[in-house]
Amino acid sequence: MAGTSTSERTSAENATAQTTKAETARAAQTTADQTTLRIFRGDKQRGELVDYTVPVAPGMVVLDAIHEVQARHAPDLAVRWNCKAGRCGSCSAEVNGRPRLTCMDRLDKYPSGEPIVVRPMKAFPVLKDLATDVSWNFRVNKKIPAFQLRTDRPRQFSQAEADRVQEFRKCIECFLCQNVCHVLRDHDRQGEFCGPRFLVRVAGLEMHPLDAADRLPLLKNELGIGYCNITKCCTEVCPESIKITDNAIIPLKERVVDRYYDPLKQLLQILSPRRSETAAGPPTLPPPPTPPASSGGKNA
Amino acid sequence: MSKYQTHEYDVVVVGAGGAGLRAAIEASARGARTAIVCKSLLGKAHTVMAEGGVAAALANVEPRDNWQVHFRDTMKGGQFLNQWRMAQLHAQEAPERVRELEEWGAVFDRTKDGGILQRNFGGHTYPRLAHVGDRTGLEMIRTLQDRGVHQGIDVFMECTIRRVLVADAASVGAHDGAGRRAAGCMGYFRESGRFVVFRAKAIVLATGGIGQCWEINSNSWEYTADGHALALWAGADLIDMEFVQFHPTGMVWPPSVRGTLITEGVRGEGGVLQNGQRKRFMFDYVPDRYKGEFAETEEEATRWVEAVIAGKRPEARRPPELLTRDVVARAIRAEVRAGRGTPHGGVYLDIASRRTPAEIKRKLPGMYHQFKELADVDITKEPMEVGPTCHYMMGGVRVDPETQESTVPGLYAAGEVGGGLHGANRLGGNSLSDLLVFGKRAGEFAAARARQMPEWPAIDDDEIDRIARQSLAPLERSVGPNPYALHQELQQLMQRNVGIVRSEADLQEALVKLADLRARAAGVKCSGNIQFNPGWHLGLDLANMLDVSEAVVRAALERKESRAAHTREDFPDASPQWGKVNLIVRQAAPGTGGGAMAVHQQPLPQMPAELDALIKGK
Repeated sequence: MAGTSTSERTSAENATAQTTKAETARAAQTTADQTTLRIFRGDKQRGELVDYTVPVAPGMVVLDAIHEVQARHAPDLAVRWNCKAGRCGSCSAEVNGRPRLTCMDRLDKYPSGEPIVVRPMKAFPVLKDLATDVSWNFRVNKKIPAFQLRTDRPRQFSQAEADRVQEFRKCIECFLCQNVCHVLRDHDRQGEFCGPRFLVRVAGLEMHPLDAADRLPLLKNELGIGYCNITKCCTEVCPESIKITDNAIIPLKERVVDRYYDPLKQLLQILSPRRSETAAGPPTLPPPPTPPASSGGKNA
Repeated sequence: MSKYQTHEYDVVVVGAGGAGLRAAIEASARGARTAIVCKSLLGKAHTVMAEGGVAAALANVEPRDNWQVHFRDTMKGGQFLNQWRMAQLHAQEAPERVRELEEWGAVFDRTKDGGILQRNFGGHTYPRLAHVGDRTGLEMIRTLQDRGVHQGIDVFMECTIRRVLVADAASVGAHDGAGRRAAGCMGYFRESGRFVVFRAKAIVLATGGIGQCWEINSNSWEYTADGHALALWAGADLIDMEFVQFHPTGMVWPPSVRGTLITEGVRGEGGVLQNGQRKRFMFDYVPDRYKGEFAETEEEATRWVEAVIAGKRPEARRPPELLTRDVVARAIRAEVRAGRGTPHGGVYLDIASRRTPAEIKRKLPGMYHQFKELADVDITKEPMEVGPTCHYMMGGVRVDPETQESTVPGLYAAGEVGGGLHGANRLGGNSLSDLLVFGKRAGEFAAARARQMPEWPAIDDDEIDRIARQSLAPLERSVGPNPYALHQELQQLMQRNVGIVRSEADLQEALVKLADLRARAAGVKCSGNIQFNPGWHLGLDLANMLDVSEAVVRAALERKESRAAHTREDFPDASPQWGKVNLIVRQAAPGTGGGAMAVHQQPLPQMPAELDALIKGK
């Protein structure tokens, strides 16, 4: 396999290393330095793993190798991709059993001489080959009320306030977090639980300094935030390094707990109701008064 | 009634990037029953790849900025071939469109007093680009997507449109065009392979660009010239097709990422270009028309960067790395060809020696990650190797500046597939603002057009049957060329013969080879069945790419001068005569879905005196 990590080298050494790589690239064209991909081919009824051997050039990622398979062996191999730079979240798959964006997954990280196994994401029904039916995610998203502009404060807010929600808004919707969440992957609770992606989405709205909507009843009920038992599998696979559990899910859980299960706050709410419950929510006590500024976000 | 799945909408928008979403939102908000049809999943369109920012004269960072300066910068960047009215509307309306995005929940980076922060970019006189680190496009598309899905727009995902259906197609050839109009469109669902027909009172094309015609490009698989071809085949005019933007800074190493974009924001944040000998070369490439506007020494350029970082108004002039993209791309090409390139045939882009690692990771997190993961380069410590990459199509569907309607009534175009705003070269940041301003206008006027029509225009079932049969033919052949091989051949041809620098001989050769490729593509064989079959999809897309490539070559042959993104080795200077005309490409016999193309010269529209004075004032 061509290419070794050069990140520890100085730039002078790097230049030498790169020259070597260039030579390797030329060699690859003639002596066909190769790798074998073992790819799932099939649909929701049946499928099998098929081996394809393709030439390797320096720096190739799994998605490049899949494209080589398409061009040389299997033109009808179904795979989604768009940006090929880790920015659109289209090319998710399970590579040697690990959930990956295939466009950011270097071949030279895998042991040479062994086939690389590429399967579709398990938590979603297979359409064909590596393409899965992710339409459920779009239906869940539609349930979440859109951003609603607050009119009771000026538009200005600080970079610190922006940073907090920008972390969540980095999400590229690769759905790898949904794929590894055991509530969805192993327990198939798609009917009751929205999955980490949409908790991140709600966090991006609920903590938005200019948002006026209230999504806590939705979180507690339809989105089923209680199902998450914070195993952090989602955080581990996030290609955008969003701290899904710590920064999105746990603060949202705290808000739900404060609203629905804190007896002192419930008493305060009875004494000073501020907002009315949304129609979608169950009969509950009125929402909390303005929390302390430290909680940040739109309630600050 | 068609035997295929058929839908009826007031407005059908083809494409769900920034322009398509903004058009659909507007059409729907104005009461039109609206569908949006896209080739990928919603939210994956090429707009997510836009990095640097959206240009709008908000004057948050530099109070002297206003629409007039933005207008002048845009016209100057396009070397005055821009449709002046589009450039004016764009500069005037962009700030409102950006503020509106904020009202819909977009979170831009902030100024110290809590407003929308703006950064410097090539060709913009003042810091003008509202941005979110280096992922501005993602922020825009997510904001628009969520606004759209809650507004009752129907979304047809993973659906490729093959043809715009034209009512009274028989009269299309007559250029008075009485009776002809867009009546719908037809395509297939990528997953099932089933055909679908949309009847529509108005159609908005928002399909993006054509970068997949070149070997080294920064574009996704979707950029197969669909909208350009749909418009051409429907009998619409294309304009400025000779102007293709090569972004100066694509990745050059390793080979698998060759062409992947590196945001101009790197230079906006102070990054410098150096040749293989680590000499900063852009000082040697300042064109006469920009003389006196850029720093002349490294020391002056450094003072400018320091002032910008400190948040002060710079007294020094801007570094020459911030010249327009056409100038920078040609300069890089010249350095490499003179033997002063890097080991992999590019030049160096150095931010490591200019900004702290923390600043780089904060303002350019995507670039940091991209180089670390894909090239084993830590950009906080080492320079990047960069070279030009085919990035953007200035040319596109010729539209009315106010309404975005093409020369076919009922057919609109917005965003990259629309032509006219950018002239001979687009400024960075003007694409995202283009999407918003003209997406909104296209949606608005498409909805108004639909309102005037009590009935859907007639569609021709025989034509639909014919397109369906043609589309299935590649799957039924037992022999024929491989679509991937033909695509690669096309990309290599366009890269070699129709790149940054062109010549009569290269372009003539390209025409001959395109004709040969077209003949072979007509017999392409796609194995497998109709279900989610990328080889078949590519086989069908070849027709778009071949026809639109030919339009580019024909326009490039006709324009016998060098201007901005169009450089002719055999005509190295700009000519005043050629500065007075745009080139129009249309089918000689429109409505036939193929056939000969004709190129016409179209005199530029007369600019009002007050705008002319704005330009001449500087």
